[in-house]
Amino acid sequence: MSETSYDIVIGLEIHVQLLTASKLFCGCSTKFGAPPNTQTCPVCTGMPGSLPVMNRRAFELGLRTALALNCQIAPFTKWDRKNYYYPDLPKGYQISQFDLPFSSEGWLEISDPKGKIEPRRIGIIRAHLEEDAGKSMHDEAAGQADSRIDLNRTGTPLLEIVSKPDMRSPAEAKAFLTELKLLLTYLEVSDCNMQEGSLRVDANVNLHIPTPDGKIATPIVEIKNMNSFRAVERALTYEAARQYEVWQETGQKIGDIPKQTRGWDDVANITRGQRHKEESSDYRYFPDPDLVPVTVTEATVADARAALGELPAALRTRLEATFGLTPYDSDVIVNQGKRGVEYFLELATHSGDGKLASNWFQQDVLRTLTEQKIEIDQFGLRPERLAGLLQKVRGKEIDTSRAREVFAAMATSQKSAAEVMAELGIVQVDESQLVELCRELLAANPKIVADIKEGRGKAAGALIGQAKKKNPNVNPGRLMEICLELAQGM
Amino acid sequence: MGLTRDEVEKVSLLARLQFTPAELERLTEQLGQIVDYVQLLAELDTTHVEPMAHPVDIANVFRPDEVRPSLPRDEVLANAPHHDQECYLVPAVLGD
Ligand SMILES: [Zn+2]
Repeated sequence: MSETSYDIVIGLEIHVQLLTASKLFCGCSTKFGAPPNTQTCPVCTGMPGSLPVMNRRAFELGLRTALALNCQIAPFTKWDRKNYYYPDLPKGYQISQFDLPFSSEGWLEISDPKGKIEPRRIGIIRAHLEEDAGKSMHDEAAGQADSRIDLNRTGTPLLEIVSKPDMRSPAEAKAFLTELKLLLTYLEVSDCNMQEGSLRVDANVNLHIPTPDGKIATPIVEIKNMNSFRAVERALTYEAARQYEVWQETGQKIGDIPKQTRGWDDVANITRGQRHKEESSDYRYFPDPDLVPVTVTEATVADARAALGELPAALRTRLEATFGLTPYDSDVIVNQGKRGVEYFLELATHSGDGKLASNWFQQDVLRTLTEQKIEIDQFGLRPERLAGLLQKVRGKEIDTSRAREVFAAMATSQKSAAEVMAELGIVQVDESQLVELCRELLAANPKIVADIKEGRGKAAGALIGQAKKKNPNVNPGRLMEICLELAQGM
Repeated sequence: MGLTRDEVEKVSLLARLQFTPAELERLTEQLGQIVDYVQLLAELDTTHVEPMAHPVDIANVFRPDEVRPSLPRDEVLANAPHHDQECYLVPAVLGD
């Protein structure tokens, strides 16, 4: 079976927990990790007579996200009850949005700095607000007879984002999710923590297979239980191969069987069919009489749009245009988040060299953060001070390897580049001193001179170590240049 | 008009309710009468009436995003037929 014998068609459904302090319709805390059933009240446990009231912040965060996803904002939106019975849903219905979601018809552009996928827009069908359900736990291994229900999560605000089936490979699906997560982080609407369930992904996938009788589509499968982007990519890859095999065996087309739900098993690396709950697919939506509609004016939309700030795609373009960075470099920097980008921008501006700033930021700053397991805000060497060092590198007052020593000393002190250089005895070696040193070295190494003259310029590299012993401040690059020039004339 | 027995059976399954054949017979009759009564509304001509999402003509009722105290757990769990001091206990939920 060859990879190109069919098209994979993928649509994603993402649930994002919004960063509010309280729940969507009541004042209970949304904080993760509290002891079970300590964050509930009559509203979120569905007690008769209780009345939900919409959290303003949740609506604003939803609006902000929808705008960043280039969605149309509905001037009128309402809330509906999605009815089903499940032990983790105390009301017997979930408050969601059915026929009039607050936003629809947007897009998110995906690209790949390594150029493996073509940049293009993935359509967004809709983004709507809804409340989360509780958590049911069952320990089969412990032989538990009952399931345990924790309702802390019940009523937590979620934004459901539904993409069009526009992705054509597992890699594209992963690129979409990575870009979406970065966008949500920039917007500060969610912490996107998959382990804590703040970001959940379901995927719909099927194949379009060309046959002599025209193109056919295989039955759509929904995949659940993927708890990392890598798992999404692997599950989709597995599922595509599985569907192709099933099609070869059975010839089943879309519509021949009902839509199937399969769960991803991360350990076994396979998807498994889940029990079919045909009867539960009838949710009997109807407008929730407890909640009044929301109207959004054009002025509100304009204000929210103006407050979005610079988003990842625009930032990448700006970094590339302003500083001449490659798409790869701009992507690494933008992926560090807002604070990281701010750091880079100050470093680039104060040092006056964007490419140099990019190298130092990516290699030295990021490496130090990883080593010290800290965030950029906690890094004591602020960009203005580091820029002082970069200026000296730029002005060839110090070579890169010695500058790294200075960087290390600056990172653990509040000293300026000049102060550290003075302490370490780093002074610029003037040109005449350097020429003198080169003459000495060449005179003592006739073999190297011969090599250079025969075109093996690299041989001069052996002189750097010797030169550093005599004077640790020599700039290796300049030393090489002078040696090569002098040797040719010998 | 009314309701068919099949419809009532479907709704009872969705509501996770179990009925004996005699009960189903009686409920089909009673629910059918209720539906017929509501059906009277269909006699009104609503051709030029705009559909509404809510009986009260107000919009945009919000509350600020402020945490308020939740209920004490023992009080909440006291309402449940079964619990283990931490969680509600329900018949096993298997799979997804
Ligand atoms: Zn509550």
